[in-house]
Amino acid sequence: MQPTAFPQTEPTLRQVKVSLVGNPNCGKSTLFNALTGLHQKIANFPGVTVEKKSGSAKIYNSSTGKLTSLEITDLPGTYSLYPKSPDERIPFEVLCDPGDENHPDLVILIADGTNLKRSLFLASQVIDLKIPAVLALNMMDLVKEQGIDIKIDELERRLGVRIVPVNARKGIGLEELKQAVISELHIPENDIFETSPLAPPLLKKIRSILEMRSDYAALQIAHHRDAISGFHIPDQQKKEIEEALSSHEFDGIKIQSFETLERYKVIHEILQICMVKAINDKPSLSAKIDKLMIHRFWGYVIFLGILFLIFQAIFTIAAFPMDFIDQTFTGLTEAARNALPKGVLNDLLVNGVLAGIGGIVIFIPQIAMLFMFIAILEDSGYMARVSFLMDKLMRKFGLNGRSVIPLISGVACAVPAIMATRTIGSWKERLITIMITPLMSCSARLPVYTLLIALVVPSKLIWGVFNLQGIVMMSLYLIGFLAALGAALSMKWFVKAKERSYFIMEIPVYRMPRWSNIVYSIYEKVRIFLFDAGKIIIAISIILWFLSSRGPGQHFNVITQQIDQLSTEQNIDQEALNKLEAQRLEFSYAGHLGHLLEPAIRPLGFDWKIGIALVTSFAAREVFVGTMSTIYSVGKDDGESKTVRDKMQAEINPETGQPRYTPAVGWSLMIFYAFAMQCMSTLAVVKRETGGWKWPIMQFFFMSALAYCSSLIIFQLMK
Amino acid sequence: METALVKLSDLRRGARCVIDSFTDDVMKQKLLEMGCLPGETITIDRFAPFGCPMAINVSGSTLSIRVDEAQSIIVKPLA
Repeated sequence: MQPTAFPQTEPTLRQVKVSLVGNPNCGKSTLFNALTGLHQKIANFPGVTVEKKSGSAKIYNSSTGKLTSLEITDLPGTYSLYPKSPDERIPFEVLCDPGDENHPDLVILIADGTNLKRSLFLASQVIDLKIPAVLALNMMDLVKEQGIDIKIDELERRLGVRIVPVNARKGIGLEELKQAVISELHIPENDIFETSPLAPPLLKKIRSILEMRSDYAALQIAHHRDAISGFHIPDQQKKEIEEALSSHEFDGIKIQSFETLERYKVIHEILQICMVKAINDKPSLSAKIDKLMIHRFWGYVIFLGILFLIFQAIFTIAAFPMDFIDQTFTGLTEAARNALPKGVLNDLLVNGVLAGIGGIVIFIPQIAMLFMFIAILEDSGYMARVSFLMDKLMRKFGLNGRSVIPLISGVACAVPAIMATRTIGSWKERLITIMITPLMSCSARLPVYTLLIALVVPSKLIWGVFNLQGIVMMSLYLIGFLAALGAALSMKWFVKAKERSYFIMEIPVYRMPRWSNIVYSIYEKVRIFLFDAGKIIIAISIILWFLSSRGPGQHFNVITQQIDQLSTEQNIDQEALNKLEAQRLEFSYAGHLGHLLEPAIRPLGFDWKIGIALVTSFAAREVFVGTMSTIYSVGKDDGESKTVRDKMQAEINPETGQPRYTPAVGWSLMIFYAFAMQCMSTLAVVKRETGGWKWPIMQFFFMSALAYCSSLIIFQLMK
Repeated sequence: METALVKLSDLRRGARCVIDSFTDDVMKQKLLEMGCLPGETITIDRFAPFGCPMAINVSGSTLSIRVDEAQSIIVKPLA
């Protein structure tokens, strides 16, 4: 309904909790986006790092005048309620634990119409839980294309739930789906798969303890005995269930096998009546595309070509909006400096806060583009092909074809990338992937690389087309990737395997990426960067401003007085003033900190100013740029607002009289940032994912040592 | 006409076969849930570079599976 149809008086509001359940690649996320639009938020399911996407939608029923507010949760895609990975545990827990905070009033089941048999396997399990459900029959465009005829009325009758054919991509059928969702909810009556004869007394007992409607839910609970302690039900009930389980015989694995086969048998019978498939021997378009995309030679060429294009685009196209933002911010800073009265507040605002914000905002174009490309690769189905192409190679390094997706996502951010390792079933392969992913150059390094490349690499074209700066950028990413592989190889030998490794995976058909999905993904990622990372960066910028404009001891005060005196004179001796300003920074708190570090980092070519940036970067790498902006702004109030790059370029090394940022220093710094573990969020996620401090601590020391040694070698060779 | 049973991994690209049974209980569960049921027809779509993994078409979808995993699927080849 259009919002204009809302009556003036507030209609009665009904709150309904809805869960989306479906197989991977069934179009669940697309449907979720279509239902909720921008009214969504991403959080974690309690206690685990599985991403929880939830959103809201308001639906107005014109015939009853009632307004229904849906709270929609997108549950991770799974093939059945029996979980095999941490991700797949979530649907089971949410749907079977009556006390779970996300336990739905209604489930929207999403079925891929072109793969109805498998879709109905999961759908029928959920229907048997006796939670009110609506089935969205998705991909109807492909269904028609493939000449599949589905008798919806008959299928509805046999499954006992309302079915709405939709095409989530095109938004067809959404209105009907919404209306179905707000219509009278009813509990499915019949079991699709008859559960009660499997263990009659036990299931009856569990049902009566939990006052449940469904035998199948009782069976699921009996099967997942280890999960009961985590349920949100009274302890007394947990104890009673445990007692019931101990006093009855129950062979979970055997029953699961039996159920799977029987359930498929029932579904097969239903589909024989409800579905007619045309004989179709023509190779699909996807199969034709794949002839090239996963070709044993061209497949790799195309993969590398795509990566190359991405980096070229990030460097060249993003430069235009970045220049624009740069100029806008320089103008803004100038305006603020002139508009506000001179003094501490002006100084704090201009050199602390604005310098910090400017350092963040400018990287939005690059981060947005990077996430855009990753979303396109994921959404189109190409990522699965990459896993397929790379599995054999990856296994040589103790990894898995599925490690490729975390590694490529690691180019955006290690935090979601490490969460994405949950699809890897084998602990050893997963652990190695977690440990090496932070070596992939993430978007937080992008600002650092951009700044340093601009400082030490000339912008010129190679062969008339490729930008040299773009090539250096790509090689930095490549260096990170090679280091990750090397690290994996060494870990392969000392990590013991706990279980077998698996690689069963569906290769979805190619689909045009859905642009709104991509826009949501970019929006979400940029928002997180701006606000989550931005908060830290601004806080650190302000602390830095304070540390670098205040100092201990008499000497600092004397210099400050001299500066004040000098700047009030009629003809300001600019050179003398600059010298004093530099001295003041050197004797500030920040300067002392930098000096303390200098002996350790001098062999790498770093001075105490870089030392300050290294310290602040341990919160997050991108802070480097903000720190540099702040350090070089403080005490250089020469009335001109230059960019941090100009200021760094003008910096002179007092020992040599040459520019401070020589190629040797630039490369040493870039390599240091490529390898060092400077991200608190990543360490926190690794701790959560590996269940302790052992691995994050090892990761921290290993990466820092690698960074230090590599930078040392680079600088000593190049200087 | 009786055809001898073989492992899925023994077949070549383009071969068609019918699933008979599974030799590994853990793999069996995964395969069943993804639609690899006894009686279903499998077509071997291709092998990845270096011979592993392989892509198979089964009940309307394409699955990627490692050769050693395919060893646990016993099939009846179709002519």
